[in-house]
Amino acid sequence: MSHLENLTLKIWRQNGPADAGRFQSYRIDSISDEASFLEMLDVLNEKLIGEGLEAIAFDSDCREGICGMCSLMIDGLAHGPQSGTATCQLHMRSFKSGDTIVIEPWRATAFPIVKDLIVDRSAFDRIIESGGFITAATGGAPEANLTPVPKAVADAAMDAAECIGCGACVAACPNGAANLFTAAKVSHLNLLPQGQAERWGRVQAMVESMDDYFGSCTNYGECEAACPKNISIDFIALMNKDFRKAKFKDRKLASQK
Amino acid sequence: MATARTVTKPVKKAPAKKAPARPAAVKKATPLDAKIPRGPIADKWDNYKADMKLINPNNKRKFKVIVVGSGLAGASAAASLAELGYDVDVFTFHDSPRRAHSIAAQGGINAAKNYRGDGDSVHRLFYDTVKGGDFRSREANVYRLAQTSVNIIDQMVAQGVPFAREYGGQLDTRSFGGSQLQRTFYARGQTGQQLLLGAYQQLSRQIGLGTVKLWNRSELVDVVTIDGRCAGIVTRDLVTGAFQSHAAHATILATGGYGNLFFLSTNAMNCNVTAGWRAHQKGAYFANPCYTQIHPTCIPQADDTQSKLTLMSESLRNDGRVWVPLSEGDNRPSAQIPEGERDYYLERMYPSFGNLAPRDIASRAAKRAVDSGRGVGPLRNGVYLDFSQAIARLGHDVVKERYGNLFEMYQRITGENPYDVPMRMYPASHYTMGGLWVDYELMTTIPGLYAAGEVNFSDHGANRLGASALMQGLADGYFVLPQTIGNYLAPMLNKPTPGVDHPEFRTAEQAAQQRFQGYLNIGGSRSPDWFHRELGKIIWNDCGMERNKAGLQRAISDLLALYEEFKTDLRVTGDGVSINQTLEKAGRVDDFFQLGMLTCRDALERRESCGGHFRTEYQDAEGEAQRDDANFAHVAAWENTGDPMKPALHKEELDFETIHLAQRSYK
Repeated sequence: MSHLENLTLKIWRQNGPADAGRFQSYRIDSISDEASFLEMLDVLNEKLIGEGLEAIAFDSDCREGICGMCSLMIDGLAHGPQSGTATCQLHMRSFKSGDTIVIEPWRATAFPIVKDLIVDRSAFDRIIESGGFITAATGGAPEANLTPVPKAVADAAMDAAECIGCGACVAACPNGAANLFTAAKVSHLNLLPQGQAERWGRVQAMVESMDDYFGSCTNYGECEAACPKNISIDFIALMNKDFRKAKFKDRKLASQK
Repeated sequence: MATARTVTKPVKKAPAKKAPARPAAVKKATPLDAKIPRGPIADKWDNYKADMKLINPNNKRKFKVIVVGSGLAGASAAASLAELGYDVDVFTFHDSPRRAHSIAAQGGINAAKNYRGDGDSVHRLFYDTVKGGDFRSREANVYRLAQTSVNIIDQMVAQGVPFAREYGGQLDTRSFGGSQLQRTFYARGQTGQQLLLGAYQQLSRQIGLGTVKLWNRSELVDVVTIDGRCAGIVTRDLVTGAFQSHAAHATILATGGYGNLFFLSTNAMNCNVTAGWRAHQKGAYFANPCYTQIHPTCIPQADDTQSKLTLMSESLRNDGRVWVPLSEGDNRPSAQIPEGERDYYLERMYPSFGNLAPRDIASRAAKRAVDSGRGVGPLRNGVYLDFSQAIARLGHDVVKERYGNLFEMYQRITGENPYDVPMRMYPASHYTMGGLWVDYELMTTIPGLYAAGEVNFSDHGANRLGASALMQGLADGYFVLPQTIGNYLAPMLNKPTPGVDHPEFRTAEQAAQQRFQGYLNIGGSRSPDWFHRELGKIIWNDCGMERNKAGLQRAISDLLALYEEFKTDLRVTGDGVSINQTLEKAGRVDDFFQLGMLTCRDALERRESCGGHFRTEYQDAEGEAQRDDANFAHVAAWENTGDPMKPALHKEELDFETIHLAQRSYK
């Protein structure tokens, strides 16, 4: 275990949605390289409280890369420099003594800033509410092994289902598009045999709901690079294909609408 | 319970409870009625459903049900109740229901499907769970859990949970600690995530349909009772700081466990006991708080700034072998320690279960290995979990297929590659079996207030087996509560219930407001986190993996002293009218202090060792837990008397009608 010395942090402070916001500089004299990035912020917050100052507000919960609560643009990169890693699992060994680190909230119109580094990502929930499910009311499910799911299909669905809903894809996208997030859920459900009944209705509802909040995809591919779960933009192609197909189908035959 | 016992050996002498002088104020035991249905164990749930009152579908919308928490239990209950037609409000302190900590469960979910044909059955899952819980759980509840486990898998598959599959398309299963069968269903190392997202999607569908109203970033700060019934809750909006009352016909707490009592745990940062504790303050009994689970395989603490510990799934013990060097102070790199100088202590001590010994046993064994000076790693605070032989036997690719994401996670956190060097592990607080006392219907001692999932005490006794928490959360939420709540609500049809204009709501709102203003006003010098860390150290040292009388008494007095300091020296910066995480934390730490004292008192009172509760005074010659079935085969349910130093103890005697009480052996 060794330590990093003399870090300068430039952190976005914003007292509420209406506040203009500004960068403020803080100093970390010494921190263990075993500390996680968020633990470094914990240490800073303890110091601020000790000085009678208000702690920096940031979201985090599980701190093991699965709940999707943490965010942060770190030196302009969503979740920081380590690929396939959420901010909570980024460790200080990725930095070196003397570094200046710029920390910002997600920047996207669909994710308004609530305070400091916290943004409101509930637009994601609205997309799921519009169709990101399989209608299967409690109690009526058939025996689980009745419908075989080929391993390759289950694996592909799982690859998509790994999405943690953190919003890095939106934050990294120059257009503020949520296509990777939406495509991950569309693909997860549309690939599975259980999801077929609502397949065409689902993709239309979710894409339309997505368009209500987010920008349009122009295939930059930044989302895939930023995704802490390495979700592939191939799923966006799959969503687009299903969307196009759905539009050609007679809507009266589709399960919804 | 009127059915005849099938147990041959009388193991429990009911009236022989002349215990020696007790440190805690023991009220004359009021019998707690668990409302166990009639009939043989296999028929109880069917009998309950046959006898329960029903509500016409058109009348269900006249009933408002509050669900606090949106994890497996909360989301599944809310979705199912809304599908039935109830008017449901869901509260979560997260930004989205999908963040609940159920999401972090890795390994899997048990179900008695017997797809492997390896001899599994409802009875065997029931038996394993009761035995795993060291015979301290309620048989009828556990049996129902085992029965519904089968429906859970069907339900989750129908919802699109991408469970692991065999090449033929059938569901795959694997083994888990405490069982010799392969009954654990899984979705890579993210089973909790996939199940939670399944339940979240069902909930989202209802939100989209307008049958559920979601209140996010909204935290319960009090439970309101009027005329002895739960009338609703008071919440604090975490964004605006506003306090608000919510009235309902019934309220469900699905707010998770209190593992963060230890400060360092595998729980998420925001997990807390506040909802359960506030309910306790208002009359709900808190049962078996000393039953806490220390999980054997977590990444050891690396430094003092650490905020939480990371669990590595128990499934790793399927192929990983646990060992430490044979001799003390052996600081050679693992690869240079020859086979003959390694102690595979779990395989040595428990040959039939080996590395898959249950969690409490594996944790204590790890602690003893480290305490004996044979710990590994830079701080000598871990044991090895070694995959080198599995890699040699199965090949790199198979190991990667099974555990790849866990290996990656380990590498991200420690900077070490587990394909090359063994993982280092140490036990950490992970799950709490104790919680709000509930009857068979999952109702607390406050009528109209229910507790589901980890926040209740019901199914795991003194130790939970792996892959059973997900099972319980979903059983409670999908299959139990939607049935039992109707039984309570039916007689209330068209009768007036108190609304938020009732003075009791005002009083509760004002009290909460004052409490939070109080934290801001203290103006001391220490942050809530500082107190939490110190509190956690006391609990870990004296009420952790091993406990004894002197340590527990010391812990209670240390906690009391620290709590006094908390009340006078706390410093909360910022204000109460915008997001203030320091203030949120202060409220949660306050409740942890009070719970900590009760936990130590409960541990002191339980003069036996069982499951996760290990009293050093009560062990056999081989160092295994020694139960005292004659005096302690009961649930300890604590009532708040208003004096935190004098809670009243009520007992629910546990009747073992089906299972023969035996010394738990995994040797």
